Amino acid sequence: MPMIRHRRALALVGAAATAALVLSACGSSTTPPAASNTPAPSTAAPTSDSSSSASPSSSESSTSETSGSETSSSETSSSETSGSEPSSSKPSGSESGSSSGAAPVESDDATWCDTAKSFGDIKGKSVSVYSSIVGAEQTGLQKSWADFTDCTGATVAYTGDKNFEKQVVQKAQAGNPSDIAFVPQPGLLASLVATGKVVAPPSQVVDNVTKYWDAGWKVNGSVKDTFYAAPLGANIKSLVWYSPKMFAAKGYTVPTTWDDMVALSDKIAADADGVKPWCAGVESGNATGWTATDWLEEVVLRNNGPDVYDQWVKHDVKFADPMIADSLAKVGAIWKNEKYVNAGIGDVSSIATTNFADAGFPIQSQQCYMMQQASFYASNWKDNPDISENGDIYAFYLPTMSDKFGTPVEVGGEFTAAFASRPEVQAFQYYLSTAHWANNQSKAIASRVSANKGLDVANVQGAINKLSVSILQDPAAVSRFDASDLMPAAVGSGAEWQALTAWLTGTEDADTLAAIDGAWPTS
Amino acid sequence: MTEVQDRAPSPVQGRAPRPANKTKETSWGAPLIWGIIGLVIVGGIWLGWSPLKQGSSPILYDNAKNPGWISRMLFQPTTLGQKLLVMVVAIALFLAIMGLILWLIDRPKIPTGVVLAGFLGPVVIFLSIGLLWSGIKTVIQSFQKFDDAGAANGFVGLDNYAKVFTGQNTQVLINSVLWIFLVPLFAVAFGLLYAVLVDRTRFEAVAKSLIFLPTAISMVASGIIWRYVYLAPAPSGKDQIGLANALVHLVGGTPQNWITKAPLGTFALIIVMVWIQTGFAMTVLSAALKAVPDDIIEAARIDGATGPRLFFSVMLPSIRPTVVVVLTTVAIASLKTFDIVNVMGGNLPKNNILANAFYNALVVRQNGLAGAFAVVIFIIVTPVIIFNVRQMKKAEENR
Repeated sequence: MPMIRHRRALALVGAAATAALVLSACGSSTTPPAASNTPAPSTAAPTSDSSSSASPSSSESSTSETSGSETSSSETSSSETSGSEPSSSKPSGSESGSSSGAAPVESDDATWCDTAKSFGDIKGKSVSVYSSIVGAEQTGLQKSWADFTDCTGATVAYTGDKNFEKQVVQKAQAGNPSDIAFVPQPGLLASLVATGKVVAPPSQVVDNVTKYWDAGWKVNGSVKDTFYAAPLGANIKSLVWYSPKMFAAKGYTVPTTWDDMVALSDKIAADADGVKPWCAGVESGNATGWTATDWLEEVVLRNNGPDVYDQWVKHDVKFADPMIADSLAKVGAIWKNEKYVNAGIGDVSSIATTNFADAGFPIQSQQCYMMQQASFYASNWKDNPDISENGDIYAFYLPTMSDKFGTPVEVGGEFTAAFASRPEVQAFQYYLSTAHWANNQSKAIASRVSANKGLDVANVQGAINKLSVSILQDPAAVSRFDASDLMPAAVGSGAEWQALTAWLTGTEDADTLAAIDGAWPTS
Repeated sequence: MTEVQDRAPSPVQGRAPRPANKTKETSWGAPLIWGIIGLVIVGGIWLGWSPLKQGSSPILYDNAKNPGWISRMLFQPTTLGQKLLVMVVAIALFLAIMGLILWLIDRPKIPTGVVLAGFLGPVVIFLSIGLLWSGIKTVIQSFQKFDDAGAANGFVGLDNYAKVFTGQNTQVLINSVLWIFLVPLFAVAFGLLYAVLVDRTRFEAVAKSLIFLPTAISMVASGIIWRYVYLAPAPSGKDQIGLANALVHLVGGTPQNWITKAPLGTFALIIVMVWIQTGFAMTVLSAALKAVPDDIIEAARIDGATGPRLFFSVMLPSIRPTVVVVLTTVAIASLKTFDIVNVMGGNLPKNNILANAFYNALVVRQNGLAGAFAVVIFIIVTPVIIFNVRQMKKAEENR
């Protein structure tokens, strides 16, 4: 009978293993890495051959790795999401310098060097920089601050790391942070400040931020009303992609107000050729739904204004609040309207199953007119279209609903946090906040722009980046950061994604909002 | 086994046999194993101490410090070469540990206790670290609340459990119940039917391999295959790309977006799990059917039982314990299914089941809620496992 005993032992081991898998997954000592709200395109998505790997991260360049939890069985972690290559969105096509006015605020080209020297004699000293920006953008960055070294004699030691978001907090906690870190999310900045290692910038930096940036940016670089980090690069989400050639063929014009946009949608929908106005997709593997949160944020910002938006981020205004509910209804009026969507793909529910990276392709096959997506999508189009004002593909600013709130812009970007207050570090921090360097950056790197109002559009490469800068520099621009990036992960990278995806497949507004509120962590 | 028999106790008791007298295999095997073990130990020590910087010394690898280049290479491989090196090191580690254990307990004249400890020791150690300790920690965490950084933040009583049983999560529980009952039922029904149909036919082996193939595919791969089956309907006037919709279109129906409909989505996912588990059920049940003694069947035939009657009155009762074991095994597998829902569920709460809800809570650092889900899964799965083991005992006693 030994064989029988053997088999029983095997069964027991199997049973034990089952229990172990279930139970041990949670309590292991390592918590899974933070799920940053910057999903990587899932390779499991049924994308046919598109080499699109634009990660919709707050910083265009950060490699976003949706947390591969260390807990699931090895089978599952393999194909969930792959840390995609960082997207360097190089809008190809003609460099038609459509608009090239000077920057709205006078640049500080003449004075920056004297100010940098005023921090002290820092010749031969070195500043260490740690960032998530790698690849071609890293090379460009290192070129962009060459004249800082020429001016002061201090050198910059740059380290680019794809695992930046996981490592930077640990480095700070362990007490050996770099002098400066480029932080791609306000939430991460808050975590760093919580370690107690971040030092406040010198007054010259504060003056620059006040002078060159919209007030919203200073808020984003602050934690609990204390300002810590000046903005570095920027990208904007408030764009609607369209085909100028298709518009011209039908005589449609770019809408400048929300009502115009709805009227245009009606006009297109009423047209007998069956081409619908909008196409959209929110599928993104485990991050399915993040695109939908952007729509809601855009409308809340336009419909309820920046103050309500800020309260909403803090949950002082609940999702179930009539104001937010009204905004969701306005989103639904477009995205859940069978007549408007989902051109060239399917019905409304197909939005939930279409990958965000493929969502714009129907525009290229002339089956739909418009798609709302951030500026990074420039690198996603197939077959190198001519991206320009009168070309195959271009974008317009997602219009405002009223003139009460200026020009609301939803933005992403990096912030410069310092962990040391040595003179060379402060000098470099100051240098990075100058308009002079913002211009250097755009000259050196085709894909990067800044919200710095001293940035001359003539120095910006690519039509979409020029458009982004002109929107950011609009005197009436009111910048707000992606709200779901600022909310607790349980909502911003969890419940809100799931609930809005369900909403697209038929869940009622009230149930959707209640579900999101219910997931807000009780801490 | 042959080597063991070859190694008869040497006539001279009490003297260790000299290596020269050993078989060829052990003469180089022992030094090799010792070499690998030595490498691993030295390497481990070096890894443990290489990132020595100010303050604490890491046990093996300390993420927070700047590690040495070798540990960086091993723990954060970036290039193909480094990944291959990690693979080689992992295999060498496995071989070294297994070799060490096997070599140690295979030596002659070792007391039984030592042998037992050699076999059971690692199991006990790893189970207590991996299962007991983390299990207890999970239970504790399920009563705590966590801030957004994932740090424990005081006890909240049964709040997390309340969340598991209210709101959107009721749908998760309902879905899990559907999974636990429907998947075993259909998998066993189809598996049994198939086993009976192909039993003793000419193409039995081929037919069985075909139905067993899905079982051999990983669940994520199955999920991706079936994603294409359930692809959303193409816009009007275009060819359907998804298999399901193409078939529906062929018979004149209206194509559906299967995954996003409730409760259709859950059933669509359950079909995938049935497709995977049927092969397993068929294999085990087929073996059980073949083990039914011929004389019983002969006797039943003489008594006039034929066809369905023979099957339901004679064969099925004979293999009843096996059927129950398969049912419970598949039920456990369904309860902890995570991959299919994660890959195919479209991140939709109405398609969600317990294991994926647990994962979703964990990735947003809500360890308390995740712990509550894990404990609920554990509570549900425990009686099923106990039942399963007891049935297995019964099945063996009947043989």
